[in-house]
Amino acid sequence: MLYGLMAYFDSPEKLLEALKVLKAEGYRRLEALTPNPVEGIEEVLGGDGRIPWIAFFLGVLGVGLGLFLQVYTTLDYPHNAGGKPLLGWPAFIPVTFELTILTITVGIFLFLLYNNGLPLSWHPAVQAREYVRVLLDEYGVFVYASDPRFDLEGTKGLLARLGAEVEEVRRD
Amino acid sequence: MARKEPHPDHDLIQGEWTEKTLVEKLLEPVEKPAPRPWKVVVAVGAALTLVWLYALFVTFVKGLGTWGINQPVAWGFDIVHFVWWIGIGHAGTLISAILVLMRQNWRDSLNRVTEAMTLFAVLAAATYPLIHMGRPQLFYWVMPYPTHMALWPQYKSPLSWDVLAIMTYLTISTLFLYLGLIPDLALLRERSTGWRRKLYGWLSLGWTGNAVHWQRYRAVYVLLAGLATPVVISVHSVVSMDFAYGLVPGWHLTVFPPFFAAGAIYSGFAMALTLIIPLRRWYRLEGVITERHLDWMAKVTLASGLGVAYIYLLEIFIAWYAGEPAEWAQQIWRMTGPYAPYYWAMMLINVVLLQTLWFPRFRKNLTWLFVFSILANVGMWLERFVIVVISLSKDFLPGNAQLYYPTWVDWTLFLGTIGFFLFGLALFIRLFPPIAVAEMVHLFHRLRKH
Repeated sequence: MLYGLMAYFDSPEKLLEALKVLKAEGYRRLEALTPNPVEGIEEVLGGDGRIPWIAFFLGVLGVGLGLFLQVYTTLDYPHNAGGKPLLGWPAFIPVTFELTILTITVGIFLFLLYNNGLPLSWHPAVQAREYVRVLLDEYGVFVYASDPRFDLEGTKGLLARLGAEVEEVRRD
Repeated sequence: MARKEPHPDHDLIQGEWTEKTLVEKLLEPVEKPAPRPWKVVVAVGAALTLVWLYALFVTFVKGLGTWGINQPVAWGFDIVHFVWWIGIGHAGTLISAILVLMRQNWRDSLNRVTEAMTLFAVLAAATYPLIHMGRPQLFYWVMPYPTHMALWPQYKSPLSWDVLAIMTYLTISTLFLYLGLIPDLALLRERSTGWRRKLYGWLSLGWTGNAVHWQRYRAVYVLLAGLATPVVISVHSVVSMDFAYGLVPGWHLTVFPPFFAAGAIYSGFAMALTLIIPLRRWYRLEGVITERHLDWMAKVTLASGLGVAYIYLLEIFIAWYAGEPAEWAQQIWRMTGPYAPYYWAMMLINVVLLQTLWFPRFRKNLTWLFVFSILANVGMWLERFVIVVISLSKDFLPGNAQLYYPTWVDWTLFLGTIGFFLFGLALFIRLFPPIAVAEMVHLFHRLRKH
């Protein structure tokens, strides 16, 4: 069974160029696989602008948790500590700060995993024999065979014309 | 084709490399047989860890009476070493987080090993408050949970803040280290077989290198760096407030948070140098950890050390200027009392010998840099001894003065954590690359191709 085509490019510029052409040709089911972040990829494949906002709301949640924890425990068990006011808020700053950071860190890490679809146990592109190259120094495009525009010879020719070395990825 | 000017940081990676040979080189510690010094470190580390477990066993079975602590020195080696290890942990987060935000390219060779150093240093530190509790099985009492006694932790006390500060620090530094490892784990997964492939496969979470994933990954990485930076400062500030909240002469100072933060960065960078200089030699990493890297680290050590030295002098001035007899008596006790050799040794290292780092001749001399990096941590150990033990040994009443005599259990617990630290780090660099491969290759790409 054919999973798709893996194209290896030797520079990020060629990769970006190829992605633009493929998009213009109407390909939708494809993935770019790179050894490091490629500048300008979001213009082609779309970016994710949500992360700062998610982090902000997690921060608000963390501040709320921190203040709630301290105000609630203080009121539940009122205790005169050195004659300080019962709800002397300056003393609450360190714990609120730490809980804010903790909430954002853990939350954004889980958000990252969720949005990236990790943990992922299996992926067709990883079955490519030369897959390790895209983790090392080459820039790959994986075109799924299920793409409506996919045509084995045609797509292969197109990728080769764009400067790629192409591999058919099949189930052994 | 017009030749572009070389990148200003082009000498951060020296030698003739391609991406492939660079990756081979960086993965050598994991993929090639370990060099002999590694085996020695593991053996010594494992032996000391076993001795440590024995001292812990003695502590748990017989109790805190086996330690040297008593009144008035109720905080002895346990707290000295807690603060010492937490301080050492700081350079890892500093190198990886603050230097990311400042876009310092020299960080990429150093961040992985220092982050691992942070992890093991904080783990070592966290054991001390636990075993110091006397009844460590009740450690969960420090957490806010609804108890049958209807009690809560007292959140006006810095000791309660400390619990959350340390836990946040441990969590964020572990996540930061792990996040940075994920792309390297994917590469290792594809290059290994057998149980290693399984291990890396699980740990890499199935990272494929998807370019869209990279964008999110990078955004989260920089965000975590931005969050970790204030945490570094806050953690040691909170630790310092454990002291500054008390009325003990020598502790009750508002300058303590910046004092502790500067000391932490100083000792952390010193420990990073202690680890990186031999690592660089044993694994022949001179091409990626260049003299320029070490020079930068020495400069940061100098800058933070000068902050520490300044506050030493300020402490003397304030003790006199405040006009509080007990504070001044404490200062005289430190300088002329039975502990005076400790105080002056601290001054010699952290104030006088530190000045050698002003001169490029000393910074470029790796032998001196290595010796000084160890001395600096001896100096920081002495500083914590001065603050914790000497301050407690003489308070307001002359009749209370009492010296502190650590027992063999105290010393063994200290040596044991050093063993645990070395053992953990050695295993870490055998399983995971001590230099961030994906980041180095990216840096290489930026330096050579643009």
